[in-house]
Amino acid sequence: MSADGKVALTVDQVVAGYVPGVDILRGIDLQVAPREIVTVLGPNGAGKSTLIKVIAGLLRVRSGGVRLFGEDISHLPAHRMMARGVGYVPQTQNVFPKLTVEENLEMGAYVRRSELRKGLHQAYELFPDLARMRRQAAGRLSGGQRQMVAIARALMLQPRLMLLDEPSAGLSPLLVNHVFDKVREVRDIGVTILIVEQNAKAALAISDRGYVLSEGQDRISGPAQELLENPEVGELYLGARKGLA
Amino acid sequence: MGQYIADGIILGATLSLGAIGLTLTFKILRFANFAHGELLTFGAYFALTLSTVLAVGAPLGTLSFGWGFILVILLAAVLTAVLAIVVDWLVYRILRRSDIVATIVIASFGASLMLRNIVVFIWGPQPEYYFHSIAIAKQILPGVRVTADEIFVVVLAAVLMVALHLFLTRTRAGKAMRAVSDNALLAQVTGINVQNIIRLMWVVGGTLAAIGGVFYGITVQVGPNMGFNLILPMFAAAILGGIGSVYGAVLGGMVIGLAESVSVFWIDPAYKPAVAFLLMFVMLLVYPGGLLGERA
Repeated sequence: MSADGKVALTVDQVVAGYVPGVDILRGIDLQVAPREIVTVLGPNGAGKSTLIKVIAGLLRVRSGGVRLFGEDISHLPAHRMMARGVGYVPQTQNVFPKLTVEENLEMGAYVRRSELRKGLHQAYELFPDLARMRRQAAGRLSGGQRQMVAIARALMLQPRLMLLDEPSAGLSPLLVNHVFDKVREVRDIGVTILIVEQNAKAALAISDRGYVLSEGQDRISGPAQELLENPEVGELYLGARKGLA
Repeated sequence: MGQYIADGIILGATLSLGAIGLTLTFKILRFANFAHGELLTFGAYFALTLSTVLAVGAPLGTLSFGWGFILVILLAAVLTAVLAIVVDWLVYRILRRSDIVATIVIASFGASLMLRNIVVFIWGPQPEYYFHSIAIAKQILPGVRVTADEIFVVVLAAVLMVALHLFLTRTRAGKAMRAVSDNALLAQVTGINVQNIIRLMWVVGGTLAAIGGVFYGITVQVGPNMGFNLILPMFAAAILGGIGSVYGAVLGGMVIGLAESVSVFWIDPAYKPAVAFLLMFVMLLVYPGGLLGERA
């Protein structure tokens, strides 16, 4: 598709799942433009994490395709993604706990050692806190600091696209905002970002656009501000929390 | 007493080297490899054959062997590493796809039996010795007599452990290996080829096991059951130190070696192996994480 030229990520009618015969994703369509921050929302079980795993190459596409800047990446294994310019930050266990902060970052540049110095320099510039903690074991850091290590690690090879799986999970509201501020800084250095989140408000606040998944399909999409105000989004996604909101 | 401590350190050198591979396999491939002892046996026998084929040169000083024996040890280690990779490829690689954890452990029992019988088939059931000269023990401390060979074993073991530490903390491959043992899934998305790291793990584990086996051959004797007899104290060492921890395995090996040896002071030597189990049992009961294991 020639139209892909100006699109960073295209998810085209993707069907995928874990157990044979059971599809979690049932024909998802999604596009992310270069330097955009796009958030995918949805209740538990809507297929958010499955979607990000498919894009990261951890789960096979049953049909449909995933393209990165027009290039088909649907059948690439996960360990090739980093070299292709996809940085992935998993939701949980996203650092190497026994390795030091700096060693974690080094692993981020594992496939291209020549980038190590540049990557470390950039990481410490973006996350000055990490420079102080470089010799500490990552497992000893707080949840927020660990999230920073995970993001910095995924950033080591100057990815074109960064995938974040629920970066706010388990963090206090103050830290959530801090993490999302950093995500915006990462975008500002030229990285396209796709976030999968439950915390709709915080994520949409920094996003350009959003998608709402439900039952393995993209139900609603639009500019972030519109989604925040959309009553249908509240019903589909925030419904369970109506009392709290 | 001093003599028992010295003997314990010498036994500990073999146990530590063996326990390192065991703990790595457990951490990276998540199974207890009962065939690990046979890597010690094969290492010892490879060295036996090589030392008759290659010229080992005139004995150095009061050692029982010449420079050539160092080469023999290295070649035996290489052959054992290859054997470890072949066994992994033939047996464990296929079973890793199974969801049942016990499958691979039971398979390692089978591999252990098979390897032990191959040893008997090739080299015969009789015990062997590398050197037929009698090593003379010298007094190094009051009441402590050791042979030059035993000093060689302890020094080389220490050198290997320092080398392993430098490998794991200073090299890219070593760090990647720690990364895989920490979190294999994350290592994969980071771009680390986990299959290559698994092969590297067998090289490290096989090499150290082979050298541990040769050490046992030098200080005790070479026999088809040596690895089988050592596997349980090695497990005890790995568990005592904290399964998954390389440094714990080294420490555990020394503690088990010392405990077994020193126990002779009070109890009949026939009960020596029981001491390792008693320690393992007590450790699992009161501090299951092990001395240097992960804190929950």
